[in-house]
Amino acid sequence: MKKIIVVGNGMVGHHFIDQLLASDSEFEITTFSEEAHLAYDRVHLSSYFTDNSVEALMLTNEQYYDDNGVRYLVNDRVVAIDKTLKCIHTQNGVTASYDSLVIATGSFPFVPPIPGNDNEHCHVYRTIEDLDAIRNSAKDAQIGVVVGGGLLGLEAGKALVDLGLKTHVVEFAPRLMAVQLCSEGGGLLRGKIEELGVEVHTEKNTQSITQGESCRYRMNFADGSFLETDLILFSAGIRPQDKLARDSQIEIGERGGIVINDYCQTSEPDIYAIGECALWQGKIFGLVAPGYSMAKVAAKHIDGHIDKQFLGADMSTKLKLLGVDVASIGDAHGVSDGCKTYQFLDGVNGVYKKLVVNSSGDRLLGAIMVGDASDYGQWLQLYLNDMPLSQGPEYLLLPDADEGSSSSAMGVDALPDSASICSCFDVTKGQIREAVQAGACSMADIKSCTKASTGCGGCSALTTQVLNSELEKQGVEVSTDICAHFAYSRQELFDIIRVKKIQSYDALLSEYGSGGGCEICKPAVGSILASLWNDYVLDDAHIGLQDTNDIFLGNMQKDGTYSVVPRVPGGEITPDKLIAIGQVAKQFDLYTKVTGGQRIDLFGAQLHELPIIWQQLIDAGFETGHAYGKSLRTVKSCVGSTWCRFGVQDSVGMAIDLENRYKGLRAPHKIKFGVSGCTRECAEAQSKDIGIIATENGWGLYVCGNGGMRPRHADLFATDLDDQTLVKYIDRVLMFYVRTADRLQRTSVWMENLDGGLDYLKEVVIDDKLNIAAELESDMQNVVANYQCEWKTTINDEKRLQRFKQFINTDELDSNISYVRERGQRRPATEVEKISTIELVTEA
Amino acid sequence: MSQLTSNDGQPNWVKVADKSQLFPNTGVCALVNQQQIAIFWDQHKDQLFAVSNYCPFSKANVLSRGLIGDYQGQSMLAAPTYKQRFNLETGECFDDEHVSIAVYPIKESNGEILIAA
Ligand code: SRM
Ligand SMILES: Cc1cc2nc3c(=O)[nH]c(=O)nc-3n(C[C@H](O)[C@H](O)[C@H](O)COP(=O)(O)OP(=O)(O)OC[C@H]3O[C@@H](n4cnc5c(N)ncnc54)[C@H](O)[C@@H]3O)c2cc1C
Ligand code: SF4
Ligand code: FES
Repeated sequence: MKKIIVVGNGMVGHHFIDQLLASDSEFEITTFSEEAHLAYDRVHLSSYFTDNSVEALMLTNEQYYDDNGVRYLVNDRVVAIDKTLKCIHTQNGVTASYDSLVIATGSFPFVPPIPGNDNEHCHVYRTIEDLDAIRNSAKDAQIGVVVGGGLLGLEAGKALVDLGLKTHVVEFAPRLMAVQLCSEGGGLLRGKIEELGVEVHTEKNTQSITQGESCRYRMNFADGSFLETDLILFSAGIRPQDKLARDSQIEIGERGGIVINDYCQTSEPDIYAIGECALWQGKIFGLVAPGYSMAKVAAKHIDGHIDKQFLGADMSTKLKLLGVDVASIGDAHGVSDGCKTYQFLDGVNGVYKKLVVNSSGDRLLGAIMVGDASDYGQWLQLYLNDMPLSQGPEYLLLPDADEGSSSSAMGVDALPDSASICSCFDVTKGQIREAVQAGACSMADIKSCTKASTGCGGCSALTTQVLNSELEKQGVEVSTDICAHFAYSRQELFDIIRVKKIQSYDALLSEYGSGGGCEICKPAVGSILASLWNDYVLDDAHIGLQDTNDIFLGNMQKDGTYSVVPRVPGGEITPDKLIAIGQVAKQFDLYTKVTGGQRIDLFGAQLHELPIIWQQLIDAGFETGHAYGKSLRTVKSCVGSTWCRFGVQDSVGMAIDLENRYKGLRAPHKIKFGVSGCTRECAEAQSKDIGIIATENGWGLYVCGNGGMRPRHADLFATDLDDQTLVKYIDRVLMFYVRTADRLQRTSVWMENLDGGLDYLKEVVIDDKLNIAAELESDMQNVVANYQCEWKTTINDEKRLQRFKQFINTDELDSNISYVRERGQRRPATEVEKISTIELVTEA
Repeated sequence: MSQLTSNDGQPNWVKVADKSQLFPNTGVCALVNQQQIAIFWDQHKDQLFAVSNYCPFSKANVLSRGLIGDYQGQSMLAAPTYKQRFNLETGECFDDEHVSIAVYPIKESNGEILIAA
């Protein structure tokens, strides 16, 4: 069996091994890695800061290599190649022999030779260990500087912002991303990034790093200026890691890089180099896709095929840097002979686009986009496939003046089968088409059978378009149906119910649906009916639609008991009411906790106890808190001008009014508000669906924020609003959300999917572009007018109360529920505790 | 089908409720011979179902509080805790072929709901 050694188990080294494993021949593969981990996804390295999981980044693991007979050694570096004996030696003294050797050692970050660059809190951005070190340094730091304003530098800048540091980017060149962008694009990008609070310093040449006065370090620049910082991140470019080859007298390029031919062979025919360490026709490719192509070619060649060659790669890129879309295609700087350029600059919306076309103006040679890269996929295809431009190039640049006539009209259908859709995995349109013909009908299918869109993810929109268009061609309708029982989307159902004034699920099903409904459509329709007509949710007509929590007006806990959350508007509560809650909790031995939403949660109520508990709470002046509903939850407030010495408005008063206004509103998902009394923002309003921050002159309104799984900062919607306008805008925003969002879509995700985004929402709500503002307000008025405390209605209804029993035929209780006491309160016993201590803990 | 049988092997029908005590398209729970049985009334099909109240996934007695409907034409119960779906006729779990729950004979007679016990 042919022995293959792979030096470096990075992204490309691992991809090479995968290619070999996929071939029909058998190989004895051994790989060495200097790092502590087997191959991981360096492209998404930054997500390590948010997910904190090495696991999620891994591209392979020990198990996979073991199962496939791949031998591996981590934490050890290959230090020498013996070309005559055909073996390698590692730092730890391991020797291994090869028939073919593959060098995939990647690159290393270049650190400029500045005195002081080796200080404790100076870092680079390349490995998991680097990120751990950066996070440690950031712990007691306030300010961070990134040296280098290229792609990676800006990505590193984002990481520092996310770590909570005041961030500066220092660039030697006169503009950001000098490699990809021209001065106009770079300038625009700079403006956008500075808007986010990142300070950009161009044409700065760092001379030394010395001890700081207000911070750990001071960076001294050639022009005499300086900058104080606690942490420095070097991102001044990469250099091919060619030391091993260099030491082994393998041919190296003048400025570094292991020279390879079209088969990825080095000057030694049985030694190959692939990935970022390889130099092909004088070029290093600092992206993963070309590395993957090299891996493919080398694997084929080692397997005896000479039909596949590496013939260069497209270096077009599209990225989101600090939230700004940036893309560059082909000859972005327009250096080709006789080429012509076209530019578009929208200073108001911060969009810059530039096109480079050939002399006759009918072929695209290159492009730059900043601020809006939505055309990237289309333009890239025009460029890669050398497609004729059907209209003059200027038409590509103009934003959709009248829809359908511009660039975006060029659908994926126009692409040839050979068009590369996913460059990471080299998947063409033809391959996706074949997969669809073979039965693939979802993105998940496409991903598993072609691997398209499982790399950087940049192609996912395009892949979806190809998939959908192929499905449509086969007569498969691409479904936005809510489920098998209704051939409508949620928004369509909403419109039907509203326009036809449908009052019940049964009426809707018999006229517009089929079958018996399911756990998807029933709660969704139940929610729509409640949003529109606000009937009592436990009416006979609606009760079967209610999900787990709504059907008993409480949140079901893991043992089948419920929690009780009375509404505490704005978080303001009198001592008497606190005492009343305490008495109820004590009487029913309920576990009591202050929630993250400024109210009090009582856990462990059994079904039959719920009505008695609520009766007592209602008598004490409480109402239901709708903690169970996809509806308004809490309006969090800070103490505001009433007590706080900085408060400029009565935030508590406003929070209470708003909570009382919207408390009955059911929506596609839960809704949370926050109201802060001044810019210090103690109520964290910017993490809420609706956030309100007091100003000297009124209120600032923020919309579509989210905490939870994927936090999103709310967008500033309007400033200095008076009370009436504030309420008017919130009425409209919320009703528009209720009408148009998908089921279980929070406002944050809704906003991200809203065509036209924030600007469009402003047009609808503030300018009344759709002429529906009055309708939205009156719909909201209807909901407000029909509010009822569902618990009050329920305890006054003998028949409903019968449902609040464990058993319909006896007063016995669920014997499976048992408790353990912990820190002075009871909690559900675990399965193990149930078995071992069941006698001791079952309580009367 | 799990069946509660009397000594002579004949199904022993036990009254658990009046039909008027049920709510359309939802469930209630009955205790029969110390077994918790979830009872559903599907009003569209005018059909009754009886299955175990114990959810094997959440290990709690809660299935009577789940939502019912159709899955590929078959009567379906979605568990309230984590939404696994069960076939109401056979007890098989649509989402995990290794799991199933007990089902019981149920009928209506003169406005009374009877379960075989
Ligand atoms: C009780 C509480 C935790 C606590 O002890 O503090 C809590 C408890 C639950 N949260 Fe929460 N969340 C609580 C505040 C929050 C907050 C903080 C806040 O509201 O300021 C958040 C982040 C803010 C946000 O929503 O944007 C929060 C984000 C979530 C999420 C993630 C939502 C998201 O969009 O990412 C879920 C899951 C979901 O809704 O799908 C969730 C779901 C739940 C559920 C309903 C899970 C469930 O289905 O059983 C928990 C049951 C509550 C119960 O039984 O009463 N909870 N949850 C808090 C109740 C607040 C209240 O008074 O109503
Ligand atoms: C933060 C970040 C973001 C990026 N974003 C993108 C992006 O969006 N798109 C894109 O296309 N590319 C991106 N890249 C670049 C991409 O990660 C690289 O192109 C890719 O990782 C190159 O793969 P490689 O296998 O050649 O090198 P590497 O992944 O660096 O692997 C080389 C491995 O070899 C090891 N090694 C080196 N010498 C030895 C030795 N002598 N013995 C043993 N082991 C050795 C190294 O420690 C390393 O583990 C990004 C890179 C970073 C750091
Ligand atoms: S935000 Fe902070 S500072 Fe401002 S009023 Fe509220 S508590 Fe006071
Ligand atoms: S282009 Fe990177 S995943 Fe497809």
